[in-house]
Amino acid sequence: MKSSVITFPGSNCDRDMDVALKKFGFKNKMVWHNDAELPKSDLIVLPGGFSYGDYLRCGSMASKSKIMKSVVNFANSGGMVMGICNGFQILVETGLVPGVLLRNKYLEFICRNVFVKINNKSNNYFNNIKNDVLEFHIAHNEGNYFCTKDQLKEIEDNEQVAINYCDENGRIEEQFNPNGSIKNIAGIFNIEKNVLGMMPHPERMIDNCLSGEDGSIFFNNLINNLK
Amino acid sequence: MIVNEQLAIDHGLKKDEYAKICELLERTPNITELGIFSAMWNEHCSYKSSRLHLKKLPTKGKKVIQGPGENAGVIDIEDNDAIVFKIESHNHPSFIEPYQGAATGVGGIMRDVFTMGARPIANLNSIHFGSPQHKKTKNLLRGVVHGIGGYGNCMGVPTVAGQTSFDSSYNGNILVNAMTLGLVKKDKIFYSKAAGLNKPVIYVGSKTGRDGIHGASMASASFDDEIEEKKPTVQVGDPFTEKLLLEACLELMAGDSIIAIQDMGAAGLTSSSIEMASKGNLGIEINLNEVPCRESKMTPYEIMLSESQERMLIVLENGKEKQAKKIFDKWNLDFAVIGKTTNTKKIQLYFDDEKVADIPVNTLVENSPMYDRKWKKAKLPKKNKIKKENLKNLKIIDVLKKVLVNPNICSKEWIWQQYDHTVMGDTIQKPGGDAGVVRVHGTNKAVAASVDSSAVYCWAHPLTGGKQVVCESFRNLIAVGAKPIAITNCLNFGSPENEDNMGEFVECVQGIGEASEYLKFPVVSGNVSFYNQTKNEGIKPTPAIGGVGLIKDYNKMITMDFKEISNVVLVIGKTEGHLDQSLFARNILDEKNGPPPEINLFNEKNNGETLLKLIENNLIKSAHDVSLGGIITAVVKMCIKGKKGINLNKPKYLINEMEYFFGEDQGRYIIEVGKKDIKKVTDILNKNSVHFDELGTINVNELYIDDKTKVSIDELTVSNTNWLSDYMSN
Repeated sequence: MKSSVITFPGSNCDRDMDVALKKFGFKNKMVWHNDAELPKSDLIVLPGGFSYGDYLRCGSMASKSKIMKSVVNFANSGGMVMGICNGFQILVETGLVPGVLLRNKYLEFICRNVFVKINNKSNNYFNNIKNDVLEFHIAHNEGNYFCTKDQLKEIEDNEQVAINYCDENGRIEEQFNPNGSIKNIAGIFNIEKNVLGMMPHPERMIDNCLSGEDGSIFFNNLINNLK
Repeated sequence: MIVNEQLAIDHGLKKDEYAKICELLERTPNITELGIFSAMWNEHCSYKSSRLHLKKLPTKGKKVIQGPGENAGVIDIEDNDAIVFKIESHNHPSFIEPYQGAATGVGGIMRDVFTMGARPIANLNSIHFGSPQHKKTKNLLRGVVHGIGGYGNCMGVPTVAGQTSFDSSYNGNILVNAMTLGLVKKDKIFYSKAAGLNKPVIYVGSKTGRDGIHGASMASASFDDEIEEKKPTVQVGDPFTEKLLLEACLELMAGDSIIAIQDMGAAGLTSSSIEMASKGNLGIEINLNEVPCRESKMTPYEIMLSESQERMLIVLENGKEKQAKKIFDKWNLDFAVIGKTTNTKKIQLYFDDEKVADIPVNTLVENSPMYDRKWKKAKLPKKNKIKKENLKNLKIIDVLKKVLVNPNICSKEWIWQQYDHTVMGDTIQKPGGDAGVVRVHGTNKAVAASVDSSAVYCWAHPLTGGKQVVCESFRNLIAVGAKPIAITNCLNFGSPENEDNMGEFVECVQGIGEASEYLKFPVVSGNVSFYNQTKNEGIKPTPAIGGVGLIKDYNKMITMDFKEISNVVLVIGKTEGHLDQSLFARNILDEKNGPPPEINLFNEKNNGETLLKLIENNLIKSAHDVSLGGIITAVVKMCIKGKKGINLNKPKYLINEMEYFFGEDQGRYIIEVGKKDIKKVTDILNKNSVHFDELGTINVNELYIDDKTKVSIDELTVSNTNWLSDYMSN
């Protein structure tokens, strides 16, 4: 399976994602934001970081990068595109997934493990995962997912919610919401479910001696689904 | 502008220093030259009060590749890998403007590290605030934490450990010390020594603006009532540009075009160009019209003294300009050839075709003032006679509960959760333990780092305090299973012009020197910050020690959380029950006099090395050093981390239980041992003449003392964890 990770100026989880994808069997290539063409890929990843310093709205400058035209075309033709953290913010800015990401409710950067409940497994990202709850890791300042009531209805009608913040038993309650996201939303699909944006970093959970190993479950499953 | 003595004094120079400048130049300096002298001769850049004493520190060792004098120290961690590290203060700017002050402190230290060719892999910090009740403390703390996070998080470098303390002596002068570790191949280390004639001098990075002018001079003076007016001297950070600069520099460094490279930190273009020329015994000629400027009509004076961030100066091989420029263009950074190396041994500046400065380099560096300041030796205070009846009325659990919510003991999670501590995917020990640990990417090795200070001990007796901080750093590294290699120090003191403060400095340095010599734990880099005082009120002497150690096989790393029920808990090292200057004495008994705990370097080394042996033989399940708050605080923290309880035995000998549990004798560790290994462990301890007591056994979730007194660990966890977040949200 071939994957590509896009590096924007200010990306800082691009290497981590490269390491993770390779660990689980992807042949990964790093792609520069200023390139026009994507290499042949089964999966495109927009990594975390602070693209263009996030000095404008997070992700908005990166969403206008040269390579993003190709990424949008790839997604619109059914290609798998995953945005993690800043990558999620970029996806939102391109309009590939609905909604916006506001500043965290308590106005503080937050770095810690969280539990997420998988809301929809009928897609290539989560199909066949035995667990309903995964322990992931977040590290962000602007992960407070928001959308209008009408959008929310549409999102829910189309089963676009990918994962919600919860406790270890899968209870989705406000007290387990780290950043104020509407309905504890941690990740969202496009309607077709080939594009996934999420705040948690599975690539930081791929080794027992790191924060945990549930990222390994995610990546192992992902490559098997793509085969 | 006419340069005269008064103008020199306004620049922070002394009368005799101005006279010496005129004598060295054999004329009156012009305004640009005066600015350059004031920047190079201030305390912050010249170390004029400290140089004499810093020379006495042990700086050499088998593992030392580069000691003090470069942008950062470098140590060997085998297999052609090396660690570049340093700690630096950003105290004065952080008090005036906490967010930017702290942020640029972090940015500056990272630049020091990647200037040497190393990719930063871990950040640490040591931050000290006034009393929690002081009106400024909350905002300063919030601003500093946001600033450290804002910069480090954006750079994508994990902040893996740190230290926060509160003491009213910091009410008017907070401390913000930032430390960075970088990883480099031993044969790809870059230095700041210029070499060769007519080599192009290149400016890269951000444009030069008017921010930070006189920053280094501001950091070399005490605060008065008008400090708010100094806000414009605080630099403004741009971590995004620094991230680009990091990537661009490392890309250029992969080739062979760089002769020397130096970041523009304190005193900006002035100190960076002069340092490179001085080390290379060369001259440098700069055309200031070529310097990329952010604002129009900047004068030579402003260009030379600006402390705009995210800039580097490079001496390049001839003919490599085009290739280098291509890299900086790719990263959207300024790149300008601004001058060349010369054989004049002078710094010569041109602006609008006029020579605006012409100064022999040695007058700025070797001939800069050096003072043997007067200092007072501190007496060892007499031991307090704490009345036994004062102790008898106290209940141990009540005291423990108070200690656990003491601002200096409580959990600092509120702080470190705001720092990205997991980016780069190699953090195997997070903040909150004895040391932060990161893997050396792609290997079985890991590097441990810790930052420590004990201002109360240093204040009570500087010589002992200086030794103690080094020992504590040594212990924190050993507690995670790392072999200590070297240290960096950040020496935060009051005014060197005050004999008491200068005495504190001299004796703390002596203590640091003695301990690091004995423990073979040399000082490879550091920074001095004097004038941490407002009017006549100085801080407690606060040398911060950043220690670095190596774990050869990261699977052998130790954490402090209790692991398994029924395992046995021991304390290594002798407990005499020293209460003077302990958290218990100062906060519970309100007794502020007496000497700090004694340091026995032999025991310190022997206990530590023996513990490392035990760890090497896989006999230790968890470990934690005993420091502030004594044995019981250390044990309860291990309970909290491991979500377990303990049945504690009362001490069988000598002393009152308060002395036993809250005494702060040095050289001690708490260790957890599996039942089946206990004989092996005690044999090794006995064989190495290491004193130990059996403290008790681990249980499900309660703290029992001698079967009678009990409290649930959950209850202790809640109060310990919530204190800081409650404080910050009220």
